[in-house]
Amino acid sequence: MEFEPVIGLEVHVQLKTKSKLFCSCATEFGAAPNSQVCPVCLGHPGVLPVLNKQALDYAVLCGLALNCSISKFSKFDRKNYFYPDLPKNYQVSQFDKPICGKGKITFLINGNEKTIGITRAHLEEDAGKLVHSETGAESGVDFNRTGIPLLEIVSEPDLRTPEEAYMYLHMIKNIIEYLGVSDCNMEEGSLRCDANVSIRPKGQEKFGTKVEIKNMNSFRNVQKALAYELERQEDEILGGGIIVQETRLWDADKNQTFSMRTKEEAHDYRYFPEPDLVPVKLDENYIKSLENQLPELPFDRMNRFTKEYTLTGYDAQVLTSSREIADYYEECANLTDDYKAVSNWVQSELLREINEKKISIKESKVTPSKLTDMLKLIQKGVISGKIAKIVFHEIMRSGKDAEQIVKEKGLVQISNPDELKNIVEKVIKDNKKIVDDYKGGKEKSFMFLVGQVMKATQGKANPQLVTKMLKEAIG
Amino acid sequence: MSLYSKTAVELIGLLNKKEISSRDIVSSVFQRIEQVDTKINAFIYTDKENALKKADEIDKKRVNAEPLGLLGGVPVVLKSNLCCFTWPVSCASKILKGYNCAYTATSVEKLLREDAVPIGYANMDEFAMGSSCENSAFGVTRNPWNTDCIPGGSSGGSAAAVAADETILALGSDTGGSIRQPASLCGVVGLKPTYGRVSRFGLVAYASSLDQIGTLTKTVADNALLLKVISGHDCSDSTSIDRKVPDYPAYLNNSIKGLKIGIPKEYFVDGMDNEVEESVKKSIKTFEGQGAVPVEISLPHTDYAVACYYIIATAEASANLARFDGIRYGARSPQAENLIDLYEKTKSDGFGQEVKRRILLGTYVLSSGYYEAYYKKAQKVRTLIKNDFDTVFKKVDCILTPTSPTPAFKIGEKTNDPLKMYLSDIFTISLNLAGLPGISIPGGFTQSGLPIGMQLAGRPFEEEVILNAAYSFEKNTLFHTTKPTLS
Repeated sequence: MEFEPVIGLEVHVQLKTKSKLFCSCATEFGAAPNSQVCPVCLGHPGVLPVLNKQALDYAVLCGLALNCSISKFSKFDRKNYFYPDLPKNYQVSQFDKPICGKGKITFLINGNEKTIGITRAHLEEDAGKLVHSETGAESGVDFNRTGIPLLEIVSEPDLRTPEEAYMYLHMIKNIIEYLGVSDCNMEEGSLRCDANVSIRPKGQEKFGTKVEIKNMNSFRNVQKALAYELERQEDEILGGGIIVQETRLWDADKNQTFSMRTKEEAHDYRYFPEPDLVPVKLDENYIKSLENQLPELPFDRMNRFTKEYTLTGYDAQVLTSSREIADYYEECANLTDDYKAVSNWVQSELLREINEKKISIKESKVTPSKLTDMLKLIQKGVISGKIAKIVFHEIMRSGKDAEQIVKEKGLVQISNPDELKNIVEKVIKDNKKIVDDYKGGKEKSFMFLVGQVMKATQGKANPQLVTKMLKEAIG
Repeated sequence: MSLYSKTAVELIGLLNKKEISSRDIVSSVFQRIEQVDTKINAFIYTDKENALKKADEIDKKRVNAEPLGLLGGVPVVLKSNLCCFTWPVSCASKILKGYNCAYTATSVEKLLREDAVPIGYANMDEFAMGSSCENSAFGVTRNPWNTDCIPGGSSGGSAAAVAADETILALGSDTGGSIRQPASLCGVVGLKPTYGRVSRFGLVAYASSLDQIGTLTKTVADNALLLKVISGHDCSDSTSIDRKVPDYPAYLNNSIKGLKIGIPKEYFVDGMDNEVEESVKKSIKTFEGQGAVPVEISLPHTDYAVACYYIIATAEASANLARFDGIRYGARSPQAENLIDLYEKTKSDGFGQEVKRRILLGTYVLSSGYYEAYYKKAQKVRTLIKNDFDTVFKKVDCILTPTSPTPAFKIGEKTNDPLKMYLSDIFTISLNLAGLPGISIPGGFTQSGLPIGMQLAGRPFEEEVILNAAYSFEKNTLFHTTKPTLS
């Protein structure tokens, strides 16, 4: 029997507001424990929540970017459960009237477009963090995170492979980063993901029993956990078993999921309308004004890049995978018309360098003008592509102009035949056998000879000229 | 006459004439507390030292002719569910043992801004759940008119303190009648404002959509003054309404000629105490004598109010009280083995019977499978009750009813019959469900000398109308001048 996976994702995104969702406490990551708290977020007796306007704006912006319908009327509800990281023992969330309704996002997967439906996106408050002593004898709670606004984005069960789930997550992160409303950093917990997964015989319309997976701390882990879980479910069914509706936790060390609680043990959250907050009513003008604030989004930008800069879909996808990179690329594209060369240099050298150095593209000393100046030196034949790599790394290190580096280090390309004449002749003389091989039809041998000339000139010889001179000399 | 037995308006007059000092008043009130509170037990906590300090500061301002607030130097007692920075707000519960307020409630801030002198915390039913002040971890409060009787509740301590002259002014909270019913049973004036009139920030929540802070005083004039001080929009309370606060005392002397007073036929039911019924009927005559026009009205969904209330209030309470878990503040069971055990033991030990009952009820009505049948339905009924009032208020300007179906009952009389106890609020609950203002004023006495209260209900944000009518009634009666004898 062949099975079809059915996957839906719940993504929690921490919104980067200055203050918390319902009080004026700061939201800085990494502050000393319980240094960003007040009676309101600590759930002291008698406190009341007041909705943060910026959080509302951000939620609506996200909703618009995810093509969601924005609710003109939405409200908050209390989700009741007991846990020490939840001061009020209920979470203020949204149940039946979320701010953002149905939407969809599109992304490329293996060169094909895929559209995934968004069920809803709603605002809620984050919980605190439990901290356990090494011996396990004591536990503490850090309430700094308590009350930070979260947007929970729920997808339709439209995903069919772990890889699609991976790409979906990337696109969500990409879109939200474009909006600048969240850091979307899974390691710092500003983006979290739970998955709902089931399988069904291919061709069957009815969904199978779903299992929820939690505790995945990277996009790759989501992909791995889903792959593991799909296999587990298939094995279970093929082995004559049944799938139990349950919540499972992903263990990244063991690379497997294990059961946390079954449906019977699941919470009854006893949702009811939050009486301390008034419903949120949004008018057309407000929504319009946020719509006007939307930047060009990654998928549109990708499509524009392929057209405007005649790039492949893959190149455009990589270059638009973050707003910073795309902005960088476009700045370069304004300074040169060799779009392909910029694309290559950004994707290979620049991205590798900033990833290695763990810096942002903005922090790189290779500014768009420095990069394009260097490319112009290649175009003019002043330096070769190979030498350019040396120049690039030197710009990266010192921030000097390409021209200056070339001058200082004497990296100018040798394009004068007189300067190369002796070297070419010497290479032919020293490599008689290779020259014969080439003459006998072994094309590869020619490249070796070019390489020898390049080596003798520390890479500075103009490769086209070397080729021409070698061919002439060998005859 | 001692200073403690005077009204705020009288005392402010004397203060302005510099015949007395604020210290004199505060001292007099504490002298009275020391004299009678062993009999009444209206107070859970007093802060004499700071009260005198504050009184001295105000006296100094007066001497230096600095600007003074509206309540310059007048003592006020707070119900034990109103936060006042550093005070041990207990809600008359064991579970908040050791907790001191981390901040001050907006209503209390407003009192302080107008130079009132907070003197302490009044006893109450635990977490404002009750109608007799018997559900307190700090012992029962006794009715100053008959110490074998309950003072009503839940703001029983506030009402008894005012009636026994242990304070000049008091704040309470009213979720289903918790200001008006004890005011009625103790023979004082108690007003529950329109929902949203007074900020709830700093009021320990029982049922958020029904709770409202209000005023308990010796006279209507004092009530108008105190209400003016605590009312107004507050950015910290999203449910408080941004609407101008009228100068309530200025409305008191208006004529009530032609005022249409609705008398709901559903409120004169079987089982109502005869003396209470008689007293209301006499009151109608009194109002007629001043030119008001009684109009018979119908509030057809009255019968469902109590049931509706106990679903909505307990549902909200089950969530509001979840935070008292021993994790961050208050009492924590020392015997707990693990987390669940900690929750269970802390809550079992910390909460009293009635609070547990209501948390369980509330949890039940919100449970999966029951939500639609109970909570959702109750919300619909709530709308119908509200519609009843909307319709009626097109015809009349206010509504007159008894405040409580009976006068004060004996301590222990209804403790084993919660349903009977719940009916104590049958006439007051509807106003909370509809969010309307209501005032209870002294309207008579029983043969045995217990006070009988009269309730006037008004349109939303028309407190000045019911205050005006109440004042007119008070001027023409002597009930408010009679004092309990506490020998």
